[in-house]
Amino acid sequence: MRLRTLVWREIFERKNQLTTGFLAILLGITVIVSIKNITFYSEKAVMRELDALGANVLILPKSASVQDYYTADFNAEEIPEEYVMRLVMSDIQGLDNLSPKLSLPVKVRNQNVTLTGILPKDEFQAKAAWAGAGIFSRPQGCGVVVDIPGEAPPSPRETLVRNRVIETLASNEVLVGADAATSLGTKEGDKLNLLGEKFDVIAVLPQTGTVDDSRIFAHLHTVQELTGKGSVINAIEVVGCCSEISGGLVQKINRLLPDAKVVTITQIVNTQIRMNQMMSRLSLAFLLIIILVGGASIANYMYANVFERRREIGTLMALGAGSSLVLRIFMFKALLLGLAAGIGGYIVGTVLALTLGPRLAGVPVLPMPELVVWAIGISVALTLAASYLPARRAARLDPFTTLQEV
Amino acid sequence: MLKMEAAGKFYNHRQQIITALNDVTLDIPKGDFISIVGPSGSGKSTLLMTLGGMLSLSKGRVLLDGQSLYDLSPDKRARLRRKKIGFVFQTFNLVPYLTAAENVQIPLFLAGKDESAQKQRATDLLARVGLSDRLDHKPSELSVGQQQRVALARMLANNPPVVLADEPTGNLDPETSQQVIAFLDEINKEGRTVVMVTHDPQAALMAKRTLSLVDGRVFSDGHHHLATSDEAQTQKDWRQGLSG
Repeated sequence: MRLRTLVWREIFERKNQLTTGFLAILLGITVIVSIKNITFYSEKAVMRELDALGANVLILPKSASVQDYYTADFNAEEIPEEYVMRLVMSDIQGLDNLSPKLSLPVKVRNQNVTLTGILPKDEFQAKAAWAGAGIFSRPQGCGVVVDIPGEAPPSPRETLVRNRVIETLASNEVLVGADAATSLGTKEGDKLNLLGEKFDVIAVLPQTGTVDDSRIFAHLHTVQELTGKGSVINAIEVVGCCSEISGGLVQKINRLLPDAKVVTITQIVNTQIRMNQMMSRLSLAFLLIIILVGGASIANYMYANVFERRREIGTLMALGAGSSLVLRIFMFKALLLGLAAGIGGYIVGTVLALTLGPRLAGVPVLPMPELVVWAIGISVALTLAASYLPARRAARLDPFTTLQEV
Repeated sequence: MLKMEAAGKFYNHRQQIITALNDVTLDIPKGDFISIVGPSGSGKSTLLMTLGGMLSLSKGRVLLDGQSLYDLSPDKRARLRRKKIGFVFQTFNLVPYLTAAENVQIPLFLAGKDESAQKQRATDLLARVGLSDRLDHKPSELSVGQQQRVALARMLANNPPVVLADEPTGNLDPETSQQVIAFLDEINKEGRTVVMVTHDPQAALMAKRTLSLVDGRVFSDGHHHLATSDEAQTQKDWRQGLSG
């Protein structure tokens, strides 16, 4: 005989009475786990879509027009390239990728195209290493979406389209947008003559449906040199983390670069924020429901259980059980209930999420093992809290009175 | 061994004072066998429960081996009960979802004995009350008499020097009642002190002395004086039957 035997046997002896309370907690945990699981992968999918759209923050000269977000970097005004280093060296969180640009119209093979100078990532890393700090020493990944199950990772040539940066770009290399490549009749491996210099076409970018399709991308410093403009740029494209944007990223950049204009695709960001808030509210609503319904149900069951077992409790006390043991009997039972409902709720909730996720949210969903800790934590905390008062009542029962009742 | 000094127990019921025990003084030496008789509501069970440390007194003291029970905290009293007192009840009070063996193991579990020792002791005690073949039966699978025998085995689990029995034959047929009384007589002969509340005059006669309670007062406390030769013969027959 052990405490476990005593509790376990009682649970199975009166399992029918237990069913309602147990199911209330189980269902609550199931729903929360499902929502959390689907939300997690849904958010990732949205973030991936946002990421695919490109930069969501633009840093422009103060007087620049932002009528068209995607051509906003194409203007006569300029800002110093040094702004990039200011951002790199700042402590602003949520800057996932920075892409300084200098754009100007050029004529190639009798076609008007836009030549855009960009800075490859290895130069940032060199600068950051030289400076001893910077964005690449911070945790990254909020804007650059992690793997989504069922989707292949992007190929290296797409990184410019998706992340607004590429890893390396030599001074004599260019990337050509899809439309520009068609109109110029050029392909990967060809040579292009730009502003009197010869460049190797290292890649033709995939179609994006934006103005980037009609652009040619070369190294920023090469473009600066060829145009004789010095260390200036037209714009800095930023892939900012959505959560940081909502947390005041734009204002922070404004404070850092008071002579620049900072704009963001607020609509898209707000959509994401609204979706996150809605899911959070939904989870919170279910959490409150489970606490109220599940907690009340368990407390009700426990009070009834104490009442039904008062003679048994009196007998145990007559045989020498102290009040702490009686309290432990009921709390251990609550612990077992919480564990079972937490584990059961996690399993059912995960199966539900895997089944319904693709249908409801249109995203593939994978199990999230970390949710099991969360599910058990809530479930056990709830059953223990709901059972404490009934258990205390049991521990304080007057054994004489309970034994006198027939 | 067990003493009660000027004990009083009063209840306040709807603004009326109910006296359950009224200035009761008792001295129960080691190895005594007392029966407590009296009409319903006379305070018999109250007296028994106060002796067992289950119900605190309004005044006076209960001493077990010189230790005042109600000067101890409830948990310390529970520990003392576990060690020194065995209870038997009219309705047996077996735990319905545990087997006979597990019911007997409860006091041993409370005393912190390991599982193998618990099982061995429970098996031995159930053998002693003739239930070797019912170890794994639940109370609902046992007859009334068998249930009370399980309760008797449970009572002896921690080898208590004092046994308090609250109408142990109240729910039993005459034959089984005799067996239970015989068992109490047997454990009394082993040196245990037995205090038994009963409504049954015949059962009361088996004790060494009888206490009568009326309205919370001890009406008599003396050795039995068997009135007739028939009563003497009855008692003799019982004892012979039990020992056989």
